[in-house]
Amino acid sequence: MAKDLAKALADLKEDEVLAIVQEKLNAGADPLGILADAGRGMETVGTRFSKSEYFIPDLVYSGEILKKVNEMVKPKLTGGGAAKTGGKVIIGTVAGDIHDIGKDIVVFMLDVSGFEVFDLGVDVPIQKFVDKIQETGASVVGLSGFLTLAYDAMKQTIDAIKKAGLRDKTKIMIGGGQITDEIVKYTGADAYGKDAVAGVTLAKKWMTAK
Amino acid sequence: MEKTWEAMTADEKKNDLIGKWLSPPGVKFNSPDAEKGYKARVQRILDAANLKKPDRVPCFPMFGFFGAYYSGLTPYDVMYDYDKLMSSFSKYILDLQPDAHGSVTISPPGKLHDIVDYKLYAWPGHGVAKEHSYQCLEGEYMKANEYDALIEDPTNFFLTSFLPRTMGALDGLKMLTPFTNMTEMYGGFTGAAFVPFGLPPVQAALKAMIDAGNEALKWIGTVAGYGAAMAAAGFPGFFGGGTKAPFDTIGDTLRGTRGIITDMYRQPAKLIRACEQLLPIMVKMGVSNAKVNGNPVVFIPLHKGADGFLSDEQYKKFYWPTLKGLIEGLIAEGCIPFPWAEGGYNSRLKVIKDVPKGKVIWGFDTTDMAKAKEILGDVACIGGNMSIATLMVGTPQDVKNSIKKLIADCAKGGGYIMMSGAVIENVPPDNVKAMIDATKEYGVYK
Repeated sequence: MAKDLAKALADLKEDEVLAIVQEKLNAGADPLGILADAGRGMETVGTRFSKSEYFIPDLVYSGEILKKVNEMVKPKLTGGGAAKTGGKVIIGTVAGDIHDIGKDIVVFMLDVSGFEVFDLGVDVPIQKFVDKIQETGASVVGLSGFLTLAYDAMKQTIDAIKKAGLRDKTKIMIGGGQITDEIVKYTGADAYGKDAVAGVTLAKKWMTAK
Repeated sequence: MEKTWEAMTADEKKNDLIGKWLSPPGVKFNSPDAEKGYKARVQRILDAANLKKPDRVPCFPMFGFFGAYYSGLTPYDVMYDYDKLMSSFSKYILDLQPDAHGSVTISPPGKLHDIVDYKLYAWPGHGVAKEHSYQCLEGEYMKANEYDALIEDPTNFFLTSFLPRTMGALDGLKMLTPFTNMTEMYGGFTGAAFVPFGLPPVQAALKAMIDAGNEALKWIGTVAGYGAAMAAAGFPGFFGGGTKAPFDTIGDTLRGTRGIITDMYRQPAKLIRACEQLLPIMVKMGVSNAKVNGNPVVFIPLHKGADGFLSDEQYKKFYWPTLKGLIEGLIAEGCIPFPWAEGGYNSRLKVIKDVPKGKVIWGFDTTDMAKAKEILGDVACIGGNMSIATLMVGTPQDVKNSIKKLIADCAKGGGYIMMSGAVIENVPPDNVKAMIDATKEYGVYK
């Protein structure tokens, strides 16, 4: 009986997931097929999260399981992984703020949703966002910040993007513990995502509207 | 003869602490007005905590480094210069006249952390800009396979694993053997147990600890001096001590967010056992400071139990049992627990209602306050929710409107304290003033 990898991952059954992957690899299954199954499992995780059936621990734990799957499959991959077709997104925690947990979850969810993500890390200087937009031509930028000091850093980053003449071509979302509509207006962003899945939804909406 | 602390009932302990809060030993008030103002402010907070109607809603903005910014200084300035800390944190209290201050302990001694080569935080001038507050550097300072070591002997784990990993200058402590080995002379127990203290890395660590201790003494002098000076001028401190929920103790600085999350799935029983092991230690941490400071309120900042961070089942299984135990343990020692729920706590309100009536102050950040009042109002005093976003980027009129709404939603019948939802850092002073003045204007009970 072939066990369902996508379902096992969606249900966060770590041991079962790893056993199925091992079984498939032993049987000479296509590594890309395994990753595609895992991707479908992650999609279910995201859906359950947006329906409030799953919470942050479930997202993080699914990521931990996926990491192990990737480690097992990687040596068997002849070419690269599956091509990223969702579009390019630049993400970083703004200057002065070094918090990464929220940002990392957003990066992870964007990545498993098929986006090509450029993660600039934390405490990212304003100019680095501008340079990366120019370099990659990404049309969506996500600015993260946990502290209230991030409000001004977000505003200054968006101002710099404007000044570089890139604002019209770029959609900007912000996110973090103390972000409200008031702060969207203050910083000049387009929207904020209240959680990682909301961020993915925004990015998808903006990419298709292009 | 006076009863010893151990012989007192919980109510007697609480009355003892409240007596010291109302009439702080050794404090000479600057004027009869200052004394009157001081006692009225403490009584206002106590009435609210006891679910009674005070004369008006007390106002305690949760201040971070606001005092530094208010005086044109940086967090770096006040972390490294205790005179500047004293003067700037005094000035805004005297100017803006809230009902309580939050001490100067929010500004830790910078030099001490230089001396111990602290790794757990970045702080002004040391990983973050001098203009910004300190920030935690999460990591797995305790490994996934070290639960048994923590559970078997928490103190020894801190001494020989956690401290060397988080303080570079204390690396030598990892060579120590358990102090419980020093049971007696016979058979060489003591002799063997002292061997590590002859080794240069341990001696270097001890030297760093002595230097850090000397710095701590200078800083604590400012902390005590500030408390006394503010009391003399009529302004009480809001809390006497602080502690943490056991789940946060493990999740914030031992295992980190990712670590504790995976532990919930991979080794749930050990995580729960560790929380239980830390519970009495966390109770003692809160009580001891409350007793030293003669103030029963014990601050408990809550992090990883917020909406979304755990499912309802996970909250009830992993987080709440030992937080409830902490709250009950503090109450048994005469304290007033002041859990402060960062983020949203909407999904937790029904669970946290399960505390003794009139004994707890629940502080909230982004929680729906009308809902909190409805669910908790007859059990616990609530406070907080003045939006930090509005305080940062709104106008004084925006702040005033928010205060008016909060008072309309929450103040009915007493049991409400006006607080900011999150810590006030570089907020426009006019907005802080508007928060305090509007509470005084709209918060009067008729």
